[in-house]
Amino acid sequence: MTAPLVELRGATVRLGQRTLWSGLDLALSEGEFLAVLGPNGTGKTTLLKVLLGLVPLSAGSVEVNGVPPHAGNPEVGYVPQQQAFDRTLPIRGRDLVRFGVDGHRWGLPLHSRATRRRVDAVLEAVGATDYADAPVGLLSGGEQQRLRIAQALLGDPTVLLCDEPLLALDMASQRAVTRLIDERRREAGSPVVFVTHEVNPVLPYVDRVLYLVRGRWAIGTPAEILTSERLSALYGIEVDVVKVRDRYLVVSAEDELPTEPGAHAHHDHAH
Amino acid sequence: MGIGFYLQFPFAQHALEAAFLVAVSCGLIGPFVITRTMSFAVHGTSELAFTGAVAGLLIANNPLVGALVGALVVATLIGLLGQRASERDSTIGVILAAGLGLGVFLLGYYHGYASEALNILFGNIFGISSSQILLLGLIAIAVAAVLTVIWRPLLFASVDPDVARARGVRTGLLGIVFLFVLAVTVTEAAQIVGTLLVLSLAITPAAAAQRLSPNPFVVTVLSIAMAVIAADGGLLLSFQFATVKPSVLIVAISFAFYVAARLVGPAVASRRRRRSAGPEMAELGRG
Repeated sequence: MTAPLVELRGATVRLGQRTLWSGLDLALSEGEFLAVLGPNGTGKTTLLKVLLGLVPLSAGSVEVNGVPPHAGNPEVGYVPQQQAFDRTLPIRGRDLVRFGVDGHRWGLPLHSRATRRRVDAVLEAVGATDYADAPVGLLSGGEQQRLRIAQALLGDPTVLLCDEPLLALDMASQRAVTRLIDERRREAGSPVVFVTHEVNPVLPYVDRVLYLVRGRWAIGTPAEILTSERLSALYGIEVDVVKVRDRYLVVSAEDELPTEPGAHAHHDHAH
Repeated sequence: MGIGFYLQFPFAQHALEAAFLVAVSCGLIGPFVITRTMSFAVHGTSELAFTGAVAGLLIANNPLVGALVGALVVATLIGLLGQRASERDSTIGVILAAGLGLGVFLLGYYHGYASEALNILFGNIFGISSSQILLLGLIAIAVAAVLTVIWRPLLFASVDPDVARARGVRTGLLGIVFLFVLAVTVTEAAQIVGTLLVLSLAITPAAAAQRLSPNPFVVTVLSIAMAVIAADGGLLLSFQFATVKPSVLIVAISFAFYVAARLVGPAVASRRRRRSAGPEMAELGRG
């Protein structure tokens, strides 16, 4: 087996007095899809920030493709959650994508023909050519996320980090966006770290899940981790996991279970 | 006595040159000001140019240098106290109030002509000397040079700060640098249109330009063009209509641009949509 592309050993993050998680061991090899699950505030996004080199570890070590992470590493592609852009923001889809090539470089936004061709090619690849010249503020969430993926792919990343990229998307867009991410890992072998509060939309692609709950964590295949036993142990309260039609539902007697891997059983998730 | 008559005098030529220099700088920063939602910072720093100018008058009998130094102090304070966007708004409000209080206090000690100080509020474009033109020119060049260097990462940081940080852009540092550029530009503009009307050159043209194109480069060009036409056009009109202050005419022209852009903006956008792609583009209209 080749060396892991992402490796954390005994990784610990403390923010002030609070320990988010500690002793985290994780190794991702080529083409692996890791879903990071858990309630809000347990440090899912912080894990991505560690891999981006924006948050330092308090203990342990982390390497991305053999070197410690640093901000601006072109080997790391980053897809954030969809955000609301102002309707009149003077930025077109292609401008947003182009930041993926040279947004960090000094100077005026002038582009060589080679850059323009690369941008066109990646826009085509994610199916965003039609709205590449529209203002981003007028695009739907799904269209925006395709641009985000195009932007991340332009750097030809070794690793793809996604932070809730499906949030606020409709089912069709969720599927389209997930498929694009999956395509990348199959074609280029980039492992994917996918932070989400809903595992079901990505379940067909997930190799392993990392489940974080208040400083505790568990890692393994979905079948290993998403069980009543494991989640009850993680949450420290009784939790039932039910699998219905290839979807995981997590049910707890107590209402306080903040975010779950699947749908809240006591919420309406009838889509 | 019309435009041609006035144009033979140095004061009129200086005024046109000064208006041009100021308008170019304002037109340049405008799109960034709007993208970064910093209109209130423009307003705050421009009104505080009054305090700086009064201090400059008292200490060295030079309001422009006083206003410039004051602008740098204000930018530093806003940068230090209002690091997060959420607190920047209130921070500027606090600094603005305190600074204006100080300005009024200082004005009490100034025994020159009160009009010297009032000129700062409403602009005094006809009192510009050649040495001031030189200073304004140097400022305009410096503003353009700094913006040229930081343009791309600043745009990235303004539009998409999270991803920019992940890509290694030092968003905090760029924010402070831009704040200094803004403070200096605004102070420069305050000499021409007055601190109260600076927004008409630093915000209005860019806001109008945004309605006409989603292309950041085109928006900047339009913003500069409209700022220059408003500034120099307002000035020329004031030669014709001598009873109206030039700053009033400058504001009127820039506001007219804005109203026109709001009116034709939707039509321009829908024509662009129809031209750029097939039938599914009609869908883009929803937002």
